[in-house]
Amino acid sequence: MITAERKPLEELIEYVKPFKRILLLGCNECVTVCAAGGRKEVGLLASGLQMALLKSGSNIEIKQHTLERQCDPEYVEELVPMVDGAEAILSMACGCGVQEIATRFKNKPVFPAVNTKFMGASERQGVWAERCQGCGDCVLGITGGICPIARCAKQLMNGPCGGSTTGKCEISEDVDCVWQLIWDRLKSLGQEDRYLDIMPAKDWRSGGAGGPRKIIREDLAE
Amino acid sequence: MENFEPVIVAFCCHYCAYTAADMAGSQRLPYPANVKIIRVPCSGKVDALHIIKAFENGADGVYVAGCLEGDCHFKNGNEKAARRIAYVSNYLEEIGIEKERLTMVTMSAGMGYRFAQTATEITAKIRKMGPSPIKTAMAQ
Repeated sequence: MITAERKPLEELIEYVKPFKRILLLGCNECVTVCAAGGRKEVGLLASGLQMALLKSGSNIEIKQHTLERQCDPEYVEELVPMVDGAEAILSMACGCGVQEIATRFKNKPVFPAVNTKFMGASERQGVWAERCQGCGDCVLGITGGICPIARCAKQLMNGPCGGSTTGKCEISEDVDCVWQLIWDRLKSLGQEDRYLDIMPAKDWRSGGAGGPRKIIREDLAE
Repeated sequence: MENFEPVIVAFCCHYCAYTAADMAGSQRLPYPANVKIIRVPCSGKVDALHIIKAFENGADGVYVAGCLEGDCHFKNGNEKAARRIAYVSNYLEEIGIEKERLTMVTMSAGMGYRFAQTATEITAKIRKMGPSPIKTAMAQ
């Protein structure tokens, strides 16, 4: 999923202060799962903003709505009747959702309420960790299903650096050395020889270095 | 300020504090009428939204009363509640509400005296702090 964290209230107040009526939007997808921008977080933020603004002497009307998916024009369309009554939109979706709103409603100011972080997985309840950087040319088949691009601080492709100590990365004791994880996994799979495969220098064009990426499925595209 | 009577919302777990309140009643132990009790199936059921909404609607103080450590009817709902209270306290500070207005307490079903004492102490503390800044802002 795409993970996110709410921005500090202070920053959000600066965004919405000039307006009298705002529409606060949540998204039922990734940001709901990582407890950053679902229906509940929308409710919490609406109350928090309302109270903080009340304290500073201003009154603002906050309408709340949570879309099934904010990164999809079909769902964004259902906002049409609500948007007219709002002077600005504050979105708790990831950056994709915020941009979708900005694209659809050209005359409304749109502000992000969360900082979009990374593509991650849930390690345990309440803990999410980065797992994928969308390099566009997946190497998991070679590395035992563990990604050295997302999980190695140096994105090394052919084994660990000298900073790997007792299975941990030199940047922090909390960070596993991904090449240790990969080696342990290959060993348990009986695929140690894969470790000797040399991965050539990676072509990062598929990872965004070649400009914004797009997928076109000819059979689906209209 | 002189006549200020705080509104305090107490989320009380059915298996301990709520029964302790009952016990306090049976024992004829007085406690301030400022405390409005809301019965919940477990302190772990109390959501951040419940607490925030209480403050938004004019509560001067909120406390969540759960079972004693290790005694939760649902294994560890009281521990989850304590973590949530810590999280919401930080959010209250961000909003500009003193975090001391939100408290977590624990007790067993037999502690009628402790229930009355807690209600009295928290009411006294909030009375001393004065009205919540939200209530003050609403009045203006």
